[in-house]
Amino acid sequence: MIEILDAGPQTTVQDLGRCGQLRSGIPPSGAMDRFAFVVANRLAGNGDTAAALECTLLGPRFAVATTCAIAVTGAAMPIAVNGVEAPAWTTLVLHPGDVVKLGSARAGLRAYVAFGGGLDVPLALGSRATYLRGGLGGLHGRSLKKGDRLNIVRCCVPARRRVRRDALPSYPSEVSLRAILGPQHDRFTAAGIAAFCSGAYELLPQSDRMGVRLRGERIEHARGHDIVSDGIALGSVQVPGDGQPIVLMADRQSTGGYTKLATVCSFDIGRLGQLRPGQRVRFSPVSIDEAHRLLRASDEALTRLTLEEIA
Amino acid sequence: MPAGDLAVLVEIDEEIGPALSQRLRALEALASREIAGITETVPSFRALLVYYDPRLVSYPQLCAAIAERLPRASAAVLPATRLIELPCCYRDPELGFDLDQVAARLGLSVHELIRLQTSVDYLVYFIGFAPGQPYLTGMPERLAIARLETPRTKTPQGSVGIGGTQCCVYSVESPGGFWVLGRTPVKLYDPQASEPVLLRPGDCLRFVEIERREYDRIAAAVAARAYRVRIA
Repeated sequence: MIEILDAGPQTTVQDLGRCGQLRSGIPPSGAMDRFAFVVANRLAGNGDTAAALECTLLGPRFAVATTCAIAVTGAAMPIAVNGVEAPAWTTLVLHPGDVVKLGSARAGLRAYVAFGGGLDVPLALGSRATYLRGGLGGLHGRSLKKGDRLNIVRCCVPARRRVRRDALPSYPSEVSLRAILGPQHDRFTAAGIAAFCSGAYELLPQSDRMGVRLRGERIEHARGHDIVSDGIALGSVQVPGDGQPIVLMADRQSTGGYTKLATVCSFDIGRLGQLRPGQRVRFSPVSIDEAHRLLRASDEALTRLTLEEIA
Repeated sequence: MPAGDLAVLVEIDEEIGPALSQRLRALEALASREIAGITETVPSFRALLVYYDPRLVSYPQLCAAIAERLPRASAAVLPATRLIELPCCYRDPELGFDLDQVAARLGLSVHELIRLQTSVDYLVYFIGFAPGQPYLTGMPERLAIARLETPRTKTPQGSVGIGGTQCCVYSVESPGGFWVLGRTPVKLYDPQASEPVLLRPGDCLRFVEIERREYDRIAAAVAARAYRVRIA
């Protein structure tokens, strides 16, 4: 069992999300940075879909009541076990009474803490992911708070492993995101599309798990910014009347009535999920064939990722 | 039209209405049943957003498979329409707080306003905007009314409202520009239920007037999970 001593501003239980509920208005939710999430699970000896914690900006402090394994990945939050610094991207073995504290992120925004065996919260519509706005999944559909207790499904302690230093992702202050133009790029002027493809856009503090709000060179519409509502894909770049883009993320609304200029590719969503307010993105358009080649490459990179045993 | 690397937006360029809605849902049913690699679908007014796994079906294959099914997309492939009766309490100033004002604006008596609003079956076009929130069509033209000039920051869950040419039921508490005529004690979205969302695209919805006492009785039963909505 795990007891939360301090929760941090937004710590939620997530997995890889629920599927098939968008037609009921319920988004997938799930980890914002799937790469870091999956690696945390593998280091903890879990399958990729086990439930784990997503911590935002400032990590939690928690105590464990049993011997268990954890792994922390994603944003660079300093890790202390009983006050002693411990490495990220590495299997850590904890003993009853150990207290783990994750500090303030030095780079990146979201860190993941996986527990060997996976977190035990009830399945809601096939997933343990928390959907905050809908109060669904996770622990009572909300962010964790002080005093919460979580169980581990089947506590197991795997062999200790770590990610090789050269395979660690970096979290730079400016990222370039690959995007496919459309579905409504014909609603924008050539100058508007050029601005989107060349400018740098700054991430605004109002961004959350639903959408990332950006500010930069105005993206000009050719005719009207409203459409009859249609479905919103993961990564949709919605441009309302003010010409400033919003990228829709894991907790997005299922449909909406603003024009969508482009869609950020799935394999770049995690990097956007690690960006902090004030940092910047650039968009580079790719064709659908190119996007699918890159998707395969990103799948293969995760398959090939070798975790080295720690003697 | 691609919507990223994992979805395609299928748009049908026809007049928005029940016929097009039925066609989109029929296409959705056929595609989900017959095309491997489709992961989920979202119908809307004029489009179907199809999510797929490009590891299982390529983009050109998927587009061809969808196009091939368009001619067969008719009511014949759809399950029977469900008719859902939603109890609604209108004549209570706490629940239907805009009722008198709307009646005055439309030049109708309160009785006539409620009669008109409950006289038709509404079609659930699709669910969107918020969990379980239906887009309804079919409101009598006589009830068309400009939306609130200043939208409310909070409208209670269950509120039944009208605005523009649309009628709506709030599935969760949310901001909104609709005039509130009444409230249903039934939850269109309940995250604690095993099936959190009541309505499905293609359902027919009928409002049935109830009094405050009945509203309170049903609300208590809903809270105790002892209430079943009438579905025909």
